[in-house]
Amino acid sequence: MVIERKKKPFRWHVLVFLGPAIIVYTMIMILPLAETLRFSFFLRDTSTQVVSFAGLENYIKLFFDPYWAKPFLNSLWNNCYFFLIHMLVQNPIGILIAALLSMVHLPGRKLYRTAIFMPTLLSFVVVGFIWKLMLSPLWGVSKGLMKSVGVGSWYLPFLGKEETALTTLSLISVWQFIGIPMMLIYAALLSVPDEVIEAAECDGVTGISQFFRIKLVLILPTIGIISILTFVGNFNAFDLIYTTQGPLAGPNFSTDLLGTILYRTFYGQQLQPGDPNMGAAIATVMFFIILTGVAIYLFFIQRKLTRYEM
Amino acid sequence: MKHYLSSGIAASLLLGSASFAFAASELTIESWRNDDLSIWQETILPAFMKSHPDVKIRFSPTAPTQYNAALNAKLEGGTAGDLITCRPFDSSLDLYSKGYLKNLQGMATLDNFPDSAKGAWSTDDGSATFCVPMAAVIHGFIYNKDAFAEIGVEPPKTQAEFMAVLDKIKEDGNYIPMAMGTLDQWESATMGYQNIGPMYWKGEEGRKAIVAGTGKLTDDGWVKPFEVLADWGPYLGDGYEAQSYPDSQTLFTLGRAAIYPSGSWEIAGFNKDTDFELGAFRPPLPAEGDSCYISDHTDIGIGLNAASKNSEAAMKFLEWMGTEEFAELYSNAVPGFFSLSTHEISLTDPLADEFISWRKDCQSTNRSAAQIVSRGTPNLWNEMWVVSANVINGKQTPADAANQLQKGLSAWYEPQMD
Amino acid sequence: MAISRARRNRMAELGAHIILLTFAMIALFPVLLILINSVKTKKAIFRQPLEFPTSETLDLVGYATVLQQGNFPLYFWNSLFVTGASLCLILLFGAMAAYALSEYKFRGNRLIGLYMALGIMIPIRLGTVGILRLMVATDLVNTHWALILVYTAQGLPLAIFILSEFMSTVSSDLKSAGRIDGLSEYSIFYRLVLPLIRPAMATVAVFSMIPIWNDLWFPLILAPAEHTKTLTLGAQVFVGQYSNNWNAILAAMALAVIPVLILYTLFSRQLIRGLTSGAVK
Repeated sequence: MVIERKKKPFRWHVLVFLGPAIIVYTMIMILPLAETLRFSFFLRDTSTQVVSFAGLENYIKLFFDPYWAKPFLNSLWNNCYFFLIHMLVQNPIGILIAALLSMVHLPGRKLYRTAIFMPTLLSFVVVGFIWKLMLSPLWGVSKGLMKSVGVGSWYLPFLGKEETALTTLSLISVWQFIGIPMMLIYAALLSVPDEVIEAAECDGVTGISQFFRIKLVLILPTIGIISILTFVGNFNAFDLIYTTQGPLAGPNFSTDLLGTILYRTFYGQQLQPGDPNMGAAIATVMFFIILTGVAIYLFFIQRKLTRYEM
Repeated sequence: MKHYLSSGIAASLLLGSASFAFAASELTIESWRNDDLSIWQETILPAFMKSHPDVKIRFSPTAPTQYNAALNAKLEGGTAGDLITCRPFDSSLDLYSKGYLKNLQGMATLDNFPDSAKGAWSTDDGSATFCVPMAAVIHGFIYNKDAFAEIGVEPPKTQAEFMAVLDKIKEDGNYIPMAMGTLDQWESATMGYQNIGPMYWKGEEGRKAIVAGTGKLTDDGWVKPFEVLADWGPYLGDGYEAQSYPDSQTLFTLGRAAIYPSGSWEIAGFNKDTDFELGAFRPPLPAEGDSCYISDHTDIGIGLNAASKNSEAAMKFLEWMGTEEFAELYSNAVPGFFSLSTHEISLTDPLADEFISWRKDCQSTNRSAAQIVSRGTPNLWNEMWVVSANVINGKQTPADAANQLQKGLSAWYEPQMD
Repeated sequence: MAISRARRNRMAELGAHIILLTFAMIALFPVLLILINSVKTKKAIFRQPLEFPTSETLDLVGYATVLQQGNFPLYFWNSLFVTGASLCLILLFGAMAAYALSEYKFRGNRLIGLYMALGIMIPIRLGTVGILRLMVATDLVNTHWALILVYTAQGLPLAIFILSEFMSTVSSDLKSAGRIDGLSEYSIFYRLVLPLIRPAMATVAVFSMIPIWNDLWFPLILAPAEHTKTLTLGAQVFVGQYSNNWNAILAAMALAVIPVLILYTLFSRQLIRGLTSGAVK
């Protein structure tokens, strides 16, 4: 770090470095978003179309009117579940794959890496379509495959059952995004200094125990970043549900996420007129939920993690 | 990295500055009917431009699921097309009252439409009409004639006969009795509840009673259709809970299902995709001798964007939509979408002709949640999707479903409050 | 290395291959299924979905339909250009800002850092109407620039967040040495710091690229015109139009996947080289 130099006049270069980012970001992201959030304090009279200041009315409705609160809490709960599945499935598998890939002299690793990263590059339109088709009872691919490995009787219309739809979609999302944790952890594992590994080997710490006791500890900050990115991504998720289950996130709202309820409220759907004011209120609440999660990470988890950094 | 970055930026600046100019003199139609893109491009618009060589016009559809959102954003931002395809009743009324659609009252050819058609795009007091009615669609059942002949069944007239036909097809085992899925939910509501319902709630009579607050959604006429739907499950394909709308269509067009509950809008696609003979029958009567009601839903109109810079040219197109030429052209180009004008037109498609012939014996009605009663939260139409699917999936009893609808409606709709 | 250990390693290697192969199969199978079925007749698609096309079931009608209707090469170019230009801007502006925030102490430093981080937490889609108005006012609607600017704004917060973490690992001795040699602050940034944080840049590039390439919403709102339509939007319109023409849809899907595959194969070597060569070894 450079120590503040006393006599130095205004440091223009700081401005030059920061300027472009701040300008683009403020103009195109912050101002429009602030404008939207401002909506949440207003109400539009549906018959006269007059917009008037309403204070916290939208928020009160969102939390206390059962016809808003119940769907909202439902989507919040679904979202937590969606996130949980990602943390329990995506990240451990990502670590496992990265660990295997980073084994010394593993031939063909480039092929594996490319293959596993592939789905990450596909658009939601393609992913939604592929999986809808794979799981479709009409096409029978998943049923046939399950039969061929002897579990044909386990087949269910997974996307159409309240009990299985959300889990299925979470796993599809894991399938799609597993490449990201894999890639980041792989890079982090490669950057573990050789001296550390050699020192561990001298102490007789090798193989699996070396991985858990040395490497995993060293890459914890990366895992932390991945977790927080997963959190933010999951709580903003919407496209996958929208393309596979439609705007009402069926069956019976069992796959409704914060993103889908927000979108539906803000822009409306078929005969439901869009309500930007209520939509903005939902967006604001979402923002605070995500902010809380990120704050917890920054102030409690990350501090502990960085202590181990090299 | 430096080199890579700077050359990248230079390249992007160069290419970006060649950004293409946007032709402004051309009219654009916003629509959700992307299925009809080629029909508009190849048949309807060329016909119009032939008689109006000074007007250029383009059909620009958005996927139905994104239409409302994209249109709203574009209207607010002022970039929406000149002509706006209107969904019936409240969603277009909302656009009109926000000032996005022009009042078309006084347009000459608007008189070629009956009040019942204009009603779908007029204010509650009828003082303004903001879209030119384009088409109605009629609900019913399409069936595979070859399959029926093979199994030896006749199109049913009553509910009892209908169930007997389903049983017989199921027994035969060669065909899935009905192609319908509940994944998209709206199939359950439109092709299920709204298809067979009018027979039970007596069409307009029942619908208007709900709007007026004199009838309730828990009345017999509204619960009965749910009870009928509850029996459908066993006759649908395996795993119908995960079957989407295109899946259902494919199931039927591949000749694997015998009956397809739906409506006239499928005709064009089915004619193209099937290699067996198609027939259609009306929703079954509850009992022999009951009077007949069909869902004859005013579905599509086109309005004028109030912010259009080419409103004069756009008006020419709207005027043309009220002519006999358009009615004839459109009804035959998109069989199954029936022109709403009063012109006497002949349909060349036999299946479309069959659908429209029901108007002679049956009274027409609109979808029950379309007008006024879907203006609040919870949204009645959305709720109808959800509970109809629940009932078919066996997740909710018919009485429960009706209760949920009534409770939701009475939560915000004054005439229905106790 | 001891002999027994070598044998154990061989066993472990075999195990690793089996596990990796399984995951690779899971990742690739659905995509392969699309590719295989895109060249079959409609009947064969539904009767034998898992079989490779034979001379009897081979049918390229889907591709014919797509190439006749869609303007896919142009859509692909649009996607490529928009994504590429956005990435350049995100990396450049993001690295500059991250450098300023982690290198210099000035009043409001932390505050600006937090301000930039806000953008990670709220979907930019919510600002659509405001953004659209801005683009209308600046006459950028239906240009590539509308999309590039939005994606740059959208990508910056995350880029700065990740890059700042890495910037702090660059040794300060190096920078001091540079200053003693009389290098300007700009040269220190470009010539000393940037090469060292290449792995982080590659990470940011991958992270930012995916949502941009796959975005459906902003192309729909800001640039729906034929000449600016992106691949994702084009594919979606197509799917809607041919909702049960399975040949055409599968072909469209395949055509949307193949360029990404090629792009990634080309790009992945760069990515991995970036990830590994600059690593803090």
